[in-house]
Amino acid sequence: MLAFTIRRLVQAILVMLVVALISFTLFRFVGDPVNQMVGVETTPEQREALRERLGLNDPMLTQFGRFIINAAQFDFGTSYQFRQPVAELIGRRLPATLELSIVSAIFALFVGIPMGVYTGLHRDSILSKLFLSISLIGISLPTFFIGILLIFLFSVTLQWLPSFGRGDVVQLGWWSTGLLTWGGIKALILPAITLGLFQMTLIMRLVRSEMLEVIRTDYIKFARARGLRQRSVNFRHALKNTLVPVITITGLQLGSIIAFAIITETVFQWPGMGLLFLQSVQNVDIPIMAAYLMLIAFLFVTINLIVDLLYFQVDPRLRAERATH
Amino acid sequence: MPIATGEEAKEPVPAGPVPRGMLARILDSDILHSFLRSKVTIASAIVTLVFFIGAAFAPWIAPHNPFDLASISILDARVPPIGMDYHDPRFLLGTDDQGRDVFSGILYGARISLAVGFLSVLFAGVVGVLLGLIAGYVGGKVDAIIMRIAEVQLTFPAILIALLVDGVARALFGNLDRERFAFWILVFSIALSFWVQFARTVRGSTLVERNKEYVQAARLIGIPPFLIMVRHVLPNVIGPVLVIATINLGLAIITEATLSFLGVGIPPTQPSLGTLVRIGNDFLFSGEWWIAMFPGCALAVLVLAVNLLGDWLRDALNPKLR
Repeated sequence: MLAFTIRRLVQAILVMLVVALISFTLFRFVGDPVNQMVGVETTPEQREALRERLGLNDPMLTQFGRFIINAAQFDFGTSYQFRQPVAELIGRRLPATLELSIVSAIFALFVGIPMGVYTGLHRDSILSKLFLSISLIGISLPTFFIGILLIFLFSVTLQWLPSFGRGDVVQLGWWSTGLLTWGGIKALILPAITLGLFQMTLIMRLVRSEMLEVIRTDYIKFARARGLRQRSVNFRHALKNTLVPVITITGLQLGSIIAFAIITETVFQWPGMGLLFLQSVQNVDIPIMAAYLMLIAFLFVTINLIVDLLYFQVDPRLRAERATH
Repeated sequence: MPIATGEEAKEPVPAGPVPRGMLARILDSDILHSFLRSKVTIASAIVTLVFFIGAAFAPWIAPHNPFDLASISILDARVPPIGMDYHDPRFLLGTDDQGRDVFSGILYGARISLAVGFLSVLFAGVVGVLLGLIAGYVGGKVDAIIMRIAEVQLTFPAILIALLVDGVARALFGNLDRERFAFWILVFSIALSFWVQFARTVRGSTLVERNKEYVQAARLIGIPPFLIMVRHVLPNVIGPVLVIATINLGLAIITEATLSFLGVGIPPTQPSLGTLVRIGNDFLFSGEWWIAMFPGCALAVLVLAVNLLGDWLRDALNPKLR
């Protein structure tokens, strides 16, 4: 176990180092950082002084080392377009993205699992076929088009829900939340559904296929033979055994939900990190791009690591498999 | 057989000869029978084919040329589609804010969407298959390096990689030049995130094939490794590649549309389906829903049809694949 943990940890650190190298290369070589910071009338001497002060004349390895040390302290420099520290900008946008991502993950779980259980238990019912067709359409529709359809239906035609922004936000310290006001919740509904729909179909299909497998096993037959009630067999015995992969996949998907929030945030003009990142791509604001890349990579690597270690704990077969290698 | 030709075109055959008789084998096998049995598959094949033909012959089929500035008139702007009040019989699905025919726009847009999709899958396929072959056949350090790169890359969603590539391209070329190269930048950035799946699959099958007798025999008579890979191993690992290519075609079209919608893909001067939705999105609230909805629906139908074909092909070719 310890050896496995250390090996995975080393791998995770290696991945982070590679990503840091990419970020550093972006930051250092794509466009000249000094040119971005000073005005047109700056003299070459002043430029050179700034260059020296920023340490851009040091050996590359020193610069890379400094970049990593700074990044570890959330110091990603100053945004070219906003002239503010990148960490501050991202920190201010973080709550919006996290709230959206978590709410849509919860939506995906709480709608996807029951639908999956139902379609798994009643394979041939009409409702199951309907659910499956919906899920196929959900996978084929691009996220942005789902968002537009929802806006067209609920904001333009029915005028029930707002189509952009976060609504009323309450500040709790540095965290701004839209969950405490009615307006904030109303503004959250459409973006959360848009973002969660794809994950929902994924979870539904996963639970369905797991359920189909589990209900064929002997212990389910035995539970039935003992005369347990159908509901108890389905939920206490069958569903429980399908949940391990579901939780794993949801965990792994959390990272991509946050990344895919870029699209949803653009459609709904949601003031989160994704929108900030897209604007930084359009305006070639390299420090924000580099920081966002590092942040997403860190999230992915951490989630992957936790999931791997949990899996190792939960599933004894994995341990045996590793031992035979 | 319409579908056979469609499939042949999609197949990302890298520099190497196609095994003789492949077409004959496909036509003769269970695949054709399973194709004819499934109504959904036939329907999606027809839909896909209609899109291909519409896109390929857009200049001849489309009633208007939306890019010919001389033929469009601002007086025709925002005309609703046929069946609504104030419609104009010249414009089947209405016009956009500049008086461009939405139906013609969709035909021309599908042309670009499909082109980006095909080329990026082809590019990703060639690179992925070659790297997978090399990783699987050579093994050792080369294998480890290629697979580590693949793993790091899998850490990031395709959209994110494509956005980064676009940002770098903007910084390197400047905005004007970027628009000129937008098409190729897009193909490259999508291919960059799709090659991994090809490489992994091909590597897996190559590892199996490598130890078979025919490969050993080829090695024994002194055929150079590269020729063994391309001539002997490749034909035996190409089946799953075909499936991945079809499924990835749908994904690539979605990715292209998403990037264009976000405003970092194809510029509005030569709009793809995603760009058309982006243009129409601004008019959703003023009641001109058709500008965004028709291109969006066309995109959804196209991707759905391609995905259904991919699903069917996966089951038909290899039920064990994933």
